[in-house]
Amino acid sequence: MTNIARPVGEDDLQAWVDGRLTPERAKVVDAYLEAHPVERARLAQYRDQKRTLREALAGEGGPIPARLQIVRLTASSRHRGQPRFVQLAAAIILLILGGAGGWTAHEIGGALGWGVTTAATAMAEDAIAAHRTFAVEVLHPVEVTATQQEHLGNWLSNRLGRRLIIPNLDRFGLQLIGGRLLPSENGPAAQLMYNDAKGSRFTVYVRLGAPGETKIYLTHESIGASLWIDEGFGCVIVGPADRELLGRIGEMVYKEMLPEGNSQPKES
Amino acid sequence: MPDRGELIAAHIPGLRRFARALLRGDPEGADDLVQDTLERALANWQRRRTDKDPRSWLYTILYNRFRSERTSRIRRGVHQELDTVPDPELPGIEGGQEAAVMYRDLLRGFAQLSEDQRAVVFLIGVEDLSYEEAARVLGVPIGTVMSRLSRGREALRRYMNGDRQLPHTETRRAK
Repeated sequence: MTNIARPVGEDDLQAWVDGRLTPERAKVVDAYLEAHPVERARLAQYRDQKRTLREALAGEGGPIPARLQIVRLTASSRHRGQPRFVQLAAAIILLILGGAGGWTAHEIGGALGWGVTTAATAMAEDAIAAHRTFAVEVLHPVEVTATQQEHLGNWLSNRLGRRLIIPNLDRFGLQLIGGRLLPSENGPAAQLMYNDAKGSRFTVYVRLGAPGETKIYLTHESIGASLWIDEGFGCVIVGPADRELLGRIGEMVYKEMLPEGNSQPKES
Repeated sequence: MPDRGELIAAHIPGLRRFARALLRGDPEGADDLVQDTLERALANWQRRRTDKDPRSWLYTILYNRFRSERTSRIRRGVHQELDTVPDPELPGIEGGQEAAVMYRDLLRGFAQLSEDQRAVVFLIGVEDLSYEEAARVLGVPIGTVMSRLSRGREALRRYMNGDRQLPHTETRRAK
């Protein structure tokens, strides 16, 4: 019920650009533009820039990163209000590595079996040893470099016997250097290595067969390690001692590595 | 009947574009915003109006998150100077160098629009939302949408025509 005779206004012109005028109104605006070439040129530019903007923005973004994929978000939304990683904290133990060679473990509010604690400590020791061995390596820090990331992921997944998602730690300024396979008493383990802007190295150590669910932080001199175990995955993030940072990286790695579906054998 | 995951997933590319349109020069922050949006959407799925395509509902969540995040950023005193906004990367383009330069120029101009104008120009021009949908997403009357659209398009046109003295812009062209 629009009044066809009403004068042409700016809203009409914008709607003309967007092709949103009714056919009757479009005729009126077309006639107006015939008589107003300057306006017509202006609108033609709007149409051009609209198309160009669409094309320019379409080229951005690239593939959807793992953390935005619904399958893993579904996993975390199930536990809304109490994210899984935080749930794990219910069984926190804090281990402080003693200076005189021995490891002292201080359990804080932990309801963990001794077996879990021992397994976690053993895994952390292995991860730290691997970190100390390879993080200082200049020529051969990794076996497969980040340039072959897909191959690296497939290879480590095959050897571990479960899909290993290589976490993206860009938000911490950590660039993937690559990874390697290591032996452990529970079968193969994987080590992923990252560099920060200052050249400090961080490693993410993963192996399967870890019992229970836990989350701990360990430190020894200048090295810190944040460890979590869940769904059979054991993971240790080793780097310069910074409890807060390593904890946050650990949480990110947890979210990236254990989306819903990664614990099932048939992953699509 | 597709499940909520599929219905939402179909809009992830659009949500990423929207977040990048709002947060020019900060693609990581844009993806954080999308992640936050998706988590909220999944958690509140039952509360949406079921007869509707979830697109504008999702865009509304994203925009509201963007605004509250921006408010807290401002409260924390964090802001990015316009002249420190990095140039948009040249997208991979079939049309060759000339098209690439045009895209880059247009994206620079786009980055300099006010956030309000950018959101409107984007939702209507790029995502093809109707004026009503855009008004709902942004929580403003249609009249406001129309005037922001008109001003935003005109500012962008002037920018592309060489009138690049938009407020607060430092001309630092790499030549």
